[in-house]
Amino acid sequence: MEYEAVIGLEVHAQLLTDSKAFCSCTTRFGAEPNSNTCPICQGMPGTLPVLNRKALEYTVRMALACNCTINEISRFARKNYYYPDLPKNYQISQYELPVAEHGWVEIETAEGVRRIGLTRIHMEEDAGKLIHDEDRPVSYVDLNRTGVPLIEIVSEPEIRTPEEAAEYLRALRAILVYLDVCDGNMQEGSFRCDANVSVRPVGQKSLGVKTEVKNMNSFRNVQRALQYEIDRQTEALRNGEPIVQETRLFDPTTGTTASMRSKEQAHDYRYFPDPDLLPLRVDPELVERIGRDLPELPSEKKRRFVEQFGIPPYDAAVLTASRELAAYFERTLELFPKPKAVSNWIMTELMRQLKGEEAGLASCAVKPEQLADLLKLIDAGTISGKIAKAVFEEMCSTGGDPAEIINRKGLVQISDSEALTELVRKVLDDNRGEVEKYLAGKDKLFGFFVGQVMKASKGKANPQLVNDLLVQELRARSRF
Amino acid sequence: MKITDKEVDYVALLGRLHLEPEEKTKYRAQLDDILKYMDKLGEVPTDHVEPMAGTVELYTPMREDVVRPSLSIEEALSNAPARTGTSFRVPKVIE
Repeated sequence: MEYEAVIGLEVHAQLLTDSKAFCSCTTRFGAEPNSNTCPICQGMPGTLPVLNRKALEYTVRMALACNCTINEISRFARKNYYYPDLPKNYQISQYELPVAEHGWVEIETAEGVRRIGLTRIHMEEDAGKLIHDEDRPVSYVDLNRTGVPLIEIVSEPEIRTPEEAAEYLRALRAILVYLDVCDGNMQEGSFRCDANVSVRPVGQKSLGVKTEVKNMNSFRNVQRALQYEIDRQTEALRNGEPIVQETRLFDPTTGTTASMRSKEQAHDYRYFPDPDLLPLRVDPELVERIGRDLPELPSEKKRRFVEQFGIPPYDAAVLTASRELAAYFERTLELFPKPKAVSNWIMTELMRQLKGEEAGLASCAVKPEQLADLLKLIDAGTISGKIAKAVFEEMCSTGGDPAEIINRKGLVQISDSEALTELVRKVLDDNRGEVEKYLAGKDKLFGFFVGQVMKASKGKANPQLVNDLLVQELRARSRF
Repeated sequence: MKITDKEVDYVALLGRLHLEPEEKTKYRAQLDDILKYMDKLGEVPTDHVEPMAGTVELYTPMREDVVRPSLSIEEALSNAPARTGTSFRVPKVIE
């Protein structure tokens, strides 16, 4: 029997506010443990939470970008559980009435663009951080993160493969980062994901028993964990074993998932409306204003790049991975309007310099103006593409202008045909044996001659001209 | 009785309360009274009534996203039964 997987994802994204969700402590990451707490986020009796307006605005921004309906009235609820990272013994979250529902995002699959439905987006607060002592039976609690605003984005169980799950996460992350509402950093935990997975025989309508998989801190690990879990469940069903509804932790070193088997497994969160917080009203005017100010989103930008500039979808996807990179591309293009050439240079040379980190763009010494200047110099035949790469490296390390570097290092391409003819003749004279073999029909040697001429010119010869001159000179020699 | 001993045990577990047998009997009776009283409220037809947080129509106020000073670390830790460095120290818990 064939089985298929059904995957739903829960994503937690930390909002980029300056202060916490319900108090005025800073959200700054990496401070000394417990330096950013107050009676409110420590859960002291008698304090009252007051919602951060910006946290709401960011939530609405994301919700609108994901085509959600905004609920004018929503409600905060208490999610109760005992854990030392949660000083109030409850987390302020939303339950029955979330701020946004019924959205979707588009993902690219092998079969084309597919919509993944969003059940809801709700606001909640983060918990603190626990560090477990490796030698002693104690844990250390840091409450700096306690109360940092989060949104939880819950997908419909519509994802079918680990690849689709990774695509979905990339799409969500790109939108969050484009909107400037989350930095999307998976390693630091500002973008986290849990997965609900079940398998069922192909054709069956009802869902199988699901497990929840946690502890996946990269796109690759999400894919690995899901594949392992799907294989494990399929195998169990084939052998007639039942699937146990449980939470499983992914272990990145073994690539497997294991049951948590904790006493708290049977969670009873006893959600109820938080009596400290009145219902939340989102002003329709605010929604309208935020909707008007939404920037162009990654999928729209990608489509526009393909249509407007005629570059391949692959290029468009790479270039729109971040707003900064897309802006860099468009700015360069304004000054040097050859899209494919600009795209190639950004995707290979620039990305190599950035070591694949789009975030490095801000500190990159080469500005779009300088890249455009360099491309113009190649286009005008002043330097060869090969020399240009060396010039580009120099530009990256010194921040210098291409023309200045080329002059200083004497890299101007030799396009003087008289000088080059001399060089070509010398190479042919020095390699009489090869010339004879070439004239006897060993055509492959042509490349050897090109290489020798380029070497003799220290890479500065105009390659097209070298080709033409070689053809001419070799033909001349065939007559003797 | 609307509530069983087992349910009393479960509620005590959720609230992390240790109850002696005579306390269990006492609280079971009290919880039972509360539930019976709630049943009275259940008799009121509320099918088409929106849930309401209070008698006045108010919504949660909001504050601007402005950082204000936090407690000093010493103040923040002053109620801690145990600490190491600037962290609270608790018995090891790994879920």
